[in-house]
Amino acid sequence: MLQFIARRLLAAIPVLIGVSLITFILMNVVPGDPISAMMEKRADEATIQKLRHAYGLDRPLYLQYLSFVGHAARGDLGRSFRTDQPVTEALAQHFPATVKLALSSMIVGMLLGLAVGIISAVKQYSVFDHGSMVLALSFISAPIFWVAILLQILFGLYWKVLPISGYSGWTYMVLPAFVLGSRYAASIARLTRSSLLETVRQDYIRTARAKGLTERVVIFKHALKNAMIPVITVIGLQIGGLLTGAILTESVFAIPGLGRLAISAINHRDFPLIQGTVLFTAVVYVLANIIVDISYAYLDPRIRLQ
Amino acid sequence: MSTESTAAPEVKANRDESGGSLWTDAWRRLKKNKPAMVGLFFIILLVFVALTADFIAPAGPYTQDLGARLSKPGAHRAIGGGGLYLLGSDQLGRDILSRIIHGSRVSLAVGLVSEFIVSFLGISLGAIAGYYGGKADAWIMRLSDIMFAFPDLLFAIGIMFALGPNIFNVFIALGVVGWAGMARLVRSQILSLKEMEFIESARAQGISDFRIIVRHLLPNCLGPIIVSITLGIPGAILGEAGLSFLGLGAQPPMASWGSMIYDARPYFSTFPYFSIFPGVAIMIVVFAFNLFGDGLRDALDPRLKN
Repeated sequence: MLQFIARRLLAAIPVLIGVSLITFILMNVVPGDPISAMMEKRADEATIQKLRHAYGLDRPLYLQYLSFVGHAARGDLGRSFRTDQPVTEALAQHFPATVKLALSSMIVGMLLGLAVGIISAVKQYSVFDHGSMVLALSFISAPIFWVAILLQILFGLYWKVLPISGYSGWTYMVLPAFVLGSRYAASIARLTRSSLLETVRQDYIRTARAKGLTERVVIFKHALKNAMIPVITVIGLQIGGLLTGAILTESVFAIPGLGRLAISAINHRDFPLIQGTVLFTAVVYVLANIIVDISYAYLDPRIRLQ
Repeated sequence: MSTESTAAPEVKANRDESGGSLWTDAWRRLKKNKPAMVGLFFIILLVFVALTADFIAPAGPYTQDLGARLSKPGAHRAIGGGGLYLLGSDQLGRDILSRIIHGSRVSLAVGLVSEFIVSFLGISLGAIAGYYGGKADAWIMRLSDIMFAFPDLLFAIGIMFALGPNIFNVFIALGVVGWAGMARLVRSQILSLKEMEFIESARAQGISDFRIIVRHLLPNCLGPIIVSITLGIPGAILGEAGLSFLGLGAQPPMASWGSMIYDARPYFSTFPYFSIFPGVAIMIVVFAFNLFGDGLRDALDPRLKN
């Protein structure tokens, strides 16, 4: 197991280097250069040159990249062009809200998704099964920001039971967590259902039934454990979707998370801040995936050997 | 396993009747799948609406009627020969229904063009990686690992920032974001096919690598590729909607469903129709592609069906 963890961590190093390189390239293919893009036409040529020199943007690109990576590795992502706040400080301020949103959505999604998926599989072709599967596909098909707006209208304006937007207390988290969680729940429900249906057709389940075990024991003690393996993989794979959804959800509900930070940085063409946010989010995503892989290997010993 | 034993003779019987190929068999199975046919109907409808938008839209997508801003659905139109605002009018007095009809072009184009880019990059890189193995494989797979390290929307946002917001860059961004998944799919298919006898025989006949890949290997993995494209289109449509909703996609005055919801944001409490209808359009289209894609997957690989 330790060996597996070590291997997984080592494999992440080239990925992280690649991520930093691609982030850097993305930010530097912008027509013109960061300073003139940010200043647009508000500064004269001499000022732009002075600023370029101050931010080290007059050096060759590979040197800029090396210094970017070197500083990033020591936890220094530069300072915001606009506010002069260190980028890491801005990230530290905005990260907790995104984590809170992602985790609460994950919990909503898993509880809802597993419950619906199991009931649907056990009662295959029932009204509940058909209804919930149509609903699940609807949630997967609807743009998440639109679902968010609908629920704002419904719960916030029409029934007036929940706050529409903002971030000051747990009631503000209910709608966003449900919006983001429902989409997550939808894919988990669909997968739990199909995986469980596949598992209950296997011989060992037939044996369990032949022994005269109750349906409850057959499903929960025997079938569910094996049916969970693909579900757990997908729970991991969906972390990217969760981060993506968080960007859009934060934007609708005015939650001060990484998504909002990235969008406002883009609107102000604040290069260091965008670069830092993209890099940081990608690193978080890589680490989250490693954690998922490790827990996956823990649950399914076959994985460790591959 | 019981499904297979019951499904197999049926398939064989069909084949005897017509001497049909994989594709006619698949089409026969697909025709029996009602949800997939419903999906196909809406896809055809989307194509029809997109092609005939100029003729069927009651008003021009950019025709403003500043005297009738934010009119309710069913209100009378004063200009352009009268008639009704069936779905209301937007903040500039433009007919929402007409803008939705014209927006279908954007969604269809985004789906098709970005999936074309995805397929072009993904199939060529995946085929090279799978067929040649070795260093080419290692580099392409590391690159795809790096791509997977970015949450999709975040990467697309980065590209949109670098290239500047307009609809053509949305095509590119969504195409570049998606290739890695396709490359992995094609690679794994080719890895399992290339050891088979018919490829060995082709090689023994001295057929060029390019010809073996294009004429012998790729046609045999067309099924999964087509399914992946069909299920990728709704992803691209949602991606465009998300980018446009963040203000990074289609720019005014272009009518795109995502940008319409973006335009509607300030009015969501006072004039909810404006945000609701474009979202319904997105949901129906994405839902249709998902239904059809799921059906196609079942039809092309009956073993997966439960």
